[in-house]
Amino acid sequence: MWEYSDKVKEHFFNPRNAGAVEAANATGEVGSISCGDALRLTLKVDPQTDTILDAGFQTFGCGSAIASSSALTEMVKGMTLEQALTISNQDIADYLDGLPAEKMHCSVMGREALAAAIADYRGEEWHDDHEEGALICKCFGIDAAMIEQTVRANDLRSIEEVTNYTKAGGGCATCHEGIEKVLAGIWGNEPAPGPVLAEVVPCGGLTNLQRIRRIEQVLESLRPTLQRDHGDVELVDVDGNVIYVNLVGACTGCMMAGATLGGIQQQLIEALGEFVRVVPASEMKRVATGGR
Amino acid sequence: MADIYLDNNATTRVDDAVVQAMLPFFTEQYGNPSSMHGFGDKVGRAMKQARSQVQALLGAAHDSEIVFTSCGTESNSTAILSALKAHPERREIITTTVEHPAVLTLCQHLEQDECYTVHYLKVDRQGRLDLDQYRALLSPRVAVVSVMWANNETGTLFPVREMAELAHSAGVLFHTDAVQAAGKIPLDLKSTAIDMLSLSGHKLHAPKGVGVLYLRRGVRYRPLLRGGHQERGRRAGTENAAGIVGLGVAAELALHYMEQENTVVRRLRDKLEQGIIAQVPNCFVTGDPANRLPNTANIAFEYIEGEAILLLLNKAGIAASSGSACTSGSLEPSHVMRAMDIPYTAAHGTVRFSFSRYNTAEEVTRVIAAVPPIVAQLRKLSPYWDGKSNGPVRDPQQAFAPSYA
Repeated sequence: MWEYSDKVKEHFFNPRNAGAVEAANATGEVGSISCGDALRLTLKVDPQTDTILDAGFQTFGCGSAIASSSALTEMVKGMTLEQALTISNQDIADYLDGLPAEKMHCSVMGREALAAAIADYRGEEWHDDHEEGALICKCFGIDAAMIEQTVRANDLRSIEEVTNYTKAGGGCATCHEGIEKVLAGIWGNEPAPGPVLAEVVPCGGLTNLQRIRRIEQVLESLRPTLQRDHGDVELVDVDGNVIYVNLVGACTGCMMAGATLGGIQQQLIEALGEFVRVVPASEMKRVATGGR
Repeated sequence: MADIYLDNNATTRVDDAVVQAMLPFFTEQYGNPSSMHGFGDKVGRAMKQARSQVQALLGAAHDSEIVFTSCGTESNSTAILSALKAHPERREIITTTVEHPAVLTLCQHLEQDECYTVHYLKVDRQGRLDLDQYRALLSPRVAVVSVMWANNETGTLFPVREMAELAHSAGVLFHTDAVQAAGKIPLDLKSTAIDMLSLSGHKLHAPKGVGVLYLRRGVRYRPLLRGGHQERGRRAGTENAAGIVGLGVAAELALHYMEQENTVVRRLRDKLEQGIIAQVPNCFVTGDPANRLPNTANIAFEYIEGEAILLLLNKAGIAASSGSACTSGSLEPSHVMRAMDIPYTAAHGTVRFSFSRYNTAEEVTRVIAAVPPIVAQLRKLSPYWDGKSNGPVRDPQQAFAPSYA
């Protein structure tokens, strides 16, 4: 069950300004019957002062849609049209002491009905800014087209980034799979930019030769970093999951040698997709004879 | 006045006798049934009894055909995925458009991510299947048919016995999600060709967290959970012993009350339905009234929205559920209503009243009195309703056509 504030409940159980206003001169009809929420807002505007004298609503929708409609009519009465247009959907939600994240679209509908009614009064045509496309994030009413556009424009690669830019995925999180699909549709299986070592290890594992080649690839990619510090690394042997290397040059006797080996080991584990131990070649005999 | 619970297709109250039977298995009989000592042995015996109680409810030929799981959803997933793994060369699935999400979402996932071809059988306006369409789809390419016994929203029954026979003749495995049917109508599986069946404890007055997969002897099977010998290696994981014992007692009680469910409870349901239809204009029963569960009534109230109805019912102390978008947190009304081609203005206003043996005639009278004013109150707010004539506005779709509809 939704957690509605007392104020939402109050406005739902005792809605204000229900029904159409008599002699209304502004009407806004927005919403979507397929989605189960639609609102007709009628206003009586004083043509001399552009002040809203009366407001009424007719809503097909859930508790929070009815409460948002009721709140909106209370808020706009007595305002000039210019003042009314500054009301945001957040203002409507705030007026009701908040709405559940999944129900924020009800307040958006109120804001849109207001804009549509004012446009109607002024003889303008009102266009909703809903893009065509499948709805992805139902909490915030964000569709695929909107996400795609934002992802391309800002080079977004992760769900977190998409949420930060569009709000999509910031509510109940059930659409995260859908957002991933949009991302995959745009970027394909292209990996996110950044340090990526090798392609994913195929099922069934690597042959010995492939394995050693991959180990060499990883070491090769690390050598420039070590060489900058006048050190170097070379592969000595591979025995099961133990990989023997020689740290040479400035690395010999360096206090950081242990950490360096640890770093190399981590990179190798990721590249091979299995656990391996990186051991200095000097340890070879001791490991081989089991002496410790 | 006590609140009235008419949402028994969502979940049920645990029977007092079930609770009593379960209690010792928390504090006294807490052994692991796999253990080689008296603590475990007693639990093992109690589970054996529960297995035969469930066997009796299902009318299964052998108690070894009963596999205890954690819920109906697990049973559904296990059955379908097992059929696919056991027949890797078969790449098609047959199901219906009105299945519970436990089956539907899994099938959609298999379609999108595992490249299976899924055939979704359509239903007509009463929620009935076209068996000719079904016959035409059966082929050696199909790994499994999964069709619910009774629909959770409308209670409409599918002819699963006949469909299982047809699948059997075509050499195709047949699974049925009987989560809503079990305990409400007689099943007698041994006289059917059904290979697998799912049951959920909490729909028949057992606790949440226990379910059953019926697995006909000889059906090829691959477990979903591996790692232990429990349930003969068919479902690894330490058994929910207390839950299983509770389910056993609940199954025995369900069998005991089966006739009452189909006489007394059915009459209560019919009385409520007729009472509401007689007093509320512009409402109708969805599904197939001639062929449905005895406990379920689903009524569409046109031109108003279900969540709003539920909130007002709740205020009046009445618990029901709705197929509207808002109650589920999605933006589409129930896929079951859409599959039956119920118009949006009615689909969003569907309310399901589902009974159990605990409901009374006095409660029905109270609900019949409470519903008409609630509907009238919401229609007063509806852009589709004309207060003066107390009827829908003329040509509703034309009279109110919001943008981005």
